[in-house]
Amino acid sequence: MRILIVEDDKEAASYLAKAFREAGHVVDHAADGEEGYDLATSAPYDVLVVDRMLPRRDGLSLISGLRSQGFHTPVLVLSALGQVDDRVTGLRAGGDDYLPKPYAFSELLARVEALGRRPRQQEVETSYTVGDLTLDRLSHTVTRSGQEIPLQPREFRLLEYLMQHAGQVVTRTMLLEHVWEYHFDPQTNVIDVHISRLRAKIDKDFDRPLLHTVRGAGYTIRDAGRA
Amino acid sequence: MSDTTATVRLFRTTAIKLALIYLAALTLASGAVLVYLSQNTATVLREQVVDTVDAEISGLADQYRIGGIRALVATVDARSRRPGASLYLVTDFAANQLVGNIEQLDDRVLAGESGELQRVIYTPIGGGPRREALARVFQLSGGFRLLVGRDLQEQQYFRSLLAEAMRFWLFVLAALGLITWVFVSRRVLKRIDAMTATSRRIMSGDLSERLPVEGSGDEFDRLAIGLNAMLTRIEALMQGLKDVSDNIAHDLKTPLTRMRNRLEEALRSDLSGDSKAREVLETTIEDCDVLIRTFNALLRIARVEAGSSDASFDEIDVSELVREVAELYAPVAEDEGGGMELRVTDGLRVSGNRELLVQALINLVENALKYARQEEGEGARVELEARAESGEVLLGVRDHGPGIADADKERVLHRFVRLEASRSAPGSGLGLSLVSAVARLHHGRLELADAQPGLMARLRLPEAGNADAAATAGGD
Repeated sequence: MRILIVEDDKEAASYLAKAFREAGHVVDHAADGEEGYDLATSAPYDVLVVDRMLPRRDGLSLISGLRSQGFHTPVLVLSALGQVDDRVTGLRAGGDDYLPKPYAFSELLARVEALGRRPRQQEVETSYTVGDLTLDRLSHTVTRSGQEIPLQPREFRLLEYLMQHAGQVVTRTMLLEHVWEYHFDPQTNVIDVHISRLRAKIDKDFDRPLLHTVRGAGYTIRDAGRA
Repeated sequence: MSDTTATVRLFRTTAIKLALIYLAALTLASGAVLVYLSQNTATVLREQVVDTVDAEISGLADQYRIGGIRALVATVDARSRRPGASLYLVTDFAANQLVGNIEQLDDRVLAGESGELQRVIYTPIGGGPRREALARVFQLSGGFRLLVGRDLQEQQYFRSLLAEAMRFWLFVLAALGLITWVFVSRRVLKRIDAMTATSRRIMSGDLSERLPVEGSGDEFDRLAIGLNAMLTRIEALMQGLKDVSDNIAHDLKTPLTRMRNRLEEALRSDLSGDSKAREVLETTIEDCDVLIRTFNALLRIARVEAGSSDASFDEIDVSELVREVAELYAPVAEDEGGGMELRVTDGLRVSGNRELLVQALINLVENALKYARQEEGEGARVELEARAESGEVLLGVRDHGPGIADADKERVLHRFVRLEASRSAPGSGLGLSLVSAVARLHHGRLELADAQPGLMARLRLPEAGNADAAATAGGD
């Protein structure tokens, strides 16, 4: 993917660029809002990572400027202002995701990849398949090797979100945000407990595990045999 | 607002108290003046009557002395025909009427002491209603009796006139009082209501609001201008505070992020390195996360306590919220061999910020899970309840742990207070202070009670629609 980082803090920016390159992406960097706007409007990027507090041009104004010019490149807003209302402002200005500082790079990478590989028309997809596991969004059924697996509504949404991002890392906070719509840092291992329940249902009686834990980052669903 | 409460409020104002006091004082004073006036006039009138009667009597007595009974009768007859005449009666020794303008009279009057002034009731000649008069009776030689009197009707008429005037005056006073009161209170109330409404909006967080100024320069305007100046100052200070906390957030979080990033990088690039270094890195990242969490919680508490002007309030179904949180956490309790019990009344609504309420509830539940066990090895049993009680919504979380000693109940609400001396369990000591700050922001409060065994932490919030009452009660 081609990623543009708009970040004024040099060390943070070079760290991000390096880390994204290590993950196999092409990275450009802009040090202020004006430069970021010029770059974003002149080259096709898959994802923009934009800091909110920027010199010369504020991150939110950069995004709304892009949107008003008809650019629909997914934008992830990176900011020290992490309150829910700050996030709402960021998303309303045209951001597609919002990650408060300080973040874990693994989380940022997971989110950026989720944004970049997001199918353009998500609604059209009515079912997801990973290996022999199939989730049908219309009939709300999950089957593995032709065998139906009964799931609670919340477990269904959890699996649905994981399968939407099959092959990508999904972090605990992403799950809390998208499946439960909560924005907080849990002290307990509450998400792990839900994942292990889900895993018991979809993986336990089958030869090959599909739901994997990514150490220090989160979870991913993929068919290890083919990955 | 309904009519009855509007009336009640109209009666509760200073305006009506003042109006009533003025009305009472004016009534008393004018009553006293009237009483004084009517008594004095009565005396004067009575003296006049007495003088007239006495003059007539001495005239008639002269007539009698000179012309005998015949002259007297003739004079009396002549005088009694005049318009506006006094009362006259001449009787013989057998009390037969000889002449006069009285048709009927109480017999005892004529038998009374000679020369004494007395009040008599008589019927005038030609009939008609009985009337009152002041009269003197004289015994004349030869058994004749002469009565001369003066009708009191005029005096009574005057008195009734006064009474009439008094009634009219009272009516005017009452009407005036009422009109002034309505005008004053309406006007005053309207402006005070406007000020109250504005100040409530300001209290709920919108510091950009200003009190209405009419421009008439009256005391309300001066008050509003003064308060507005104060608000401008406070807003500037709050903005400054927000800027400071935004800057702190930025300036402190950036180095923390860098530190965390460097560690992650070191971890990634050193996958085959020795496990000791890796462990150090991992624990440093964990510490970093704890720092970040603590820092976030602190910032959040500070914002909530500042009345966070940007926290938007909606009407929220908290029954649903409690169920959601229970659903999220029940597996955690079950995994430890315990469980979560739910006692939820449906459809409880409060006006609040969903995110903050969820955070508060989750803090309580995580706390409960942490301290749920009385003894090691026992399953964690947590009970959640949601119910309404006298206009309030109670959200309770109960554990079966050791509870909190009475002496510590106040203390645990302060920041960074943790009760276990070892501070070994994870946590920052900010959980309950955040819950308590959220409760205050919602005009409610956090109560910690003994569940014996265990702790019952209860969030009391005003039910939606009752928020006004809570705001007036100054819910702190």
